[in-house]
Amino acid sequence: MNHSAKRVRYVLKRLLQSIPVVIAILVVNFFLLHLAEGDAADVLAGEAGSATPEYMAQLRSKFGLDKPLPVQLAIYLKNVLSLDLGYSFRHDMPVAKLVFDRFIPTLLLMVSTILLAVGFGVVLGLLAASGLNTWRDNLISIFALITYATPLFWVGLMMIVVFSLKLHWFPTSGMENVAMFYEGWDRVKDIAHHLVMPTITLSLFYLALYTRLMRASMLEQAGMDYVVTARAKGLTERRIVFVHILRNALLPVVTMAGVQVGALIGGSVIVESVFAWPGLGMLAFEALFARDLNLLLGIFLLSALLVVAINLIVDIIYSFLDPRIEVS
Amino acid sequence: MSFWQLYRRNTSAVIGLVILISVFVIAACASLIFPEDPFRLAGKPMSGPGLNGFLLGSDTLGRDVAAGIAHGARTSLMIGGLATAVAVFIGAVLGGLAGYYGGWIDDILMRVTEMFQTIPSFLFAILLVAIMKPSIQSIIIAISVVSWPAVARLVRGEFISLRNREFVQACHIVGMGDIRIMMAEILPNCLSPIIVAGSLMVATAILIESGLSFLGLGDPNIISWGFQIGAGRTVLRSAWWVCTFPGVAILLTVLAINLVGEGLNDALNPRLRERT
Repeated sequence: MNHSAKRVRYVLKRLLQSIPVVIAILVVNFFLLHLAEGDAADVLAGEAGSATPEYMAQLRSKFGLDKPLPVQLAIYLKNVLSLDLGYSFRHDMPVAKLVFDRFIPTLLLMVSTILLAVGFGVVLGLLAASGLNTWRDNLISIFALITYATPLFWVGLMMIVVFSLKLHWFPTSGMENVAMFYEGWDRVKDIAHHLVMPTITLSLFYLALYTRLMRASMLEQAGMDYVVTARAKGLTERRIVFVHILRNALLPVVTMAGVQVGALIGGSVIVESVFAWPGLGMLAFEALFARDLNLLLGIFLLSALLVVAINLIVDIIYSFLDPRIEVS
Repeated sequence: MSFWQLYRRNTSAVIGLVILISVFVIAACASLIFPEDPFRLAGKPMSGPGLNGFLLGSDTLGRDVAAGIAHGARTSLMIGGLATAVAVFIGAVLGGLAGYYGGWIDDILMRVTEMFQTIPSFLFAILLVAIMKPSIQSIIIAISVVSWPAVARLVRGEFISLRNREFVQACHIVGMGDIRIMMAEILPNCLSPIIVAGSLMVATAILIESGLSFLGLGDPNIISWGFQIGAGRTVLRSAWWVCTFPGVAILLTVLAINLVGEGLNDALNPRLRERT
């Protein structure tokens, strides 16, 4: 079998492996929905102020809530597979539509955060490792320690105090200045301007993580035999660090970037609600306040699936980056 | 060298321990320094730090920020400690069983662990608290449910590396039962990595708790740092101190626990340190 066929097989195998995880997530999701006190009918009845038992029964049969649990589970699985995530009674809209509408802003925030965190983390880790135990290393380590211990929402609020309220450099909230009716590049610039503070806030924690990881990874690689060989060949230190060590040290950072996506989604709930960034996290915050569990579960489901998908993609990228990974 | 001598070599760990002890003292003396209920309206609202008898200012309703921080220290330490204890217990039991028996038990338990690690943990914690209604118990359950997988993996790894050692085989030969071997022979030998992981988990648990209560999912009857920050964010423009000081409290406490955790790691696994 040639190499590309092996790779296709590997990708298929990984795809198959993620199916049980997806099913398990769906089942967990369904049972969470049922653990909740009061169903959709109760919520609607509460909304209306009062409801007769006949009306409640009618509502329950309308949403299939009167059927036995396994039947409800089957209906739920069927619905999810046909991209029907239920109905948000608060927003009076299908959950799927709400969630997909809010998906792009979150994606924008997450991509810029990952780029910033991984980019700066790699540079800082490199600087720390190449100046081991100097003031530079110590300073970077202290910075990493402190950002690692800071709650994200607090950083966000403090940034608003300093950079929005005192210095007026950046807007306090939102994704764009809707009232200005910007178009084309002006709109892109406006959104980028709004994106700065949420991105910096969300990336701080991961920046610390990647810095420490990169530093450790560089130090580990520096002790390897191939480095000794390179040095014996008479290569310059600069060439050894940038061409030989750096490439190998990057691998664990790439894997970690994939593993951390789940945590990133959690962080985005906090950061989006601080900066009123109109993404999934903000939607989750609103759903929490409105006690709209259907919506909250839809967001949770989509995020969990997103994590599965990204882990899959990272694994596949990884198999390209490091040919030693068993693809057969 | 004694444990304390090993621990003392790491200066930042000693600093962390000093901060942590101070937080414990503040938490223990909260009712002595601030005998009144921290939710009580103590005076003029939105007083700045040092004004109207408020050391760290007052919030929108005239609650004392300093009193909230002192009482909130209890909440954070209690939730952090209890949630970690529950998570370590679940993780140790499941990880121990998976590592000791291997085979299909290991397969199933590890699939479950992987699934829990895939789920976005903070979002899952939010959901659990929202579904169970916010209270101390539901917060502790939610934090431990999202934290145990890391412990399970750690304990499983340790059990796998220990289960075929001579001293364990000797126990099998003298007819010791599985449970006794796990509890009395293997577990004590992997306590130090569990202690280190557990101490670092307390820090994460405190951060999760503060995030939950910031979002309004804290126990409504108990003051916490995250709640204070969440309540103060609407008056960020006019009263920055309401958000700032509780955040500093979280930062210092979490930093101190992380430093202590690293110090414990260095002291309990001295060989690891000499290697790097």
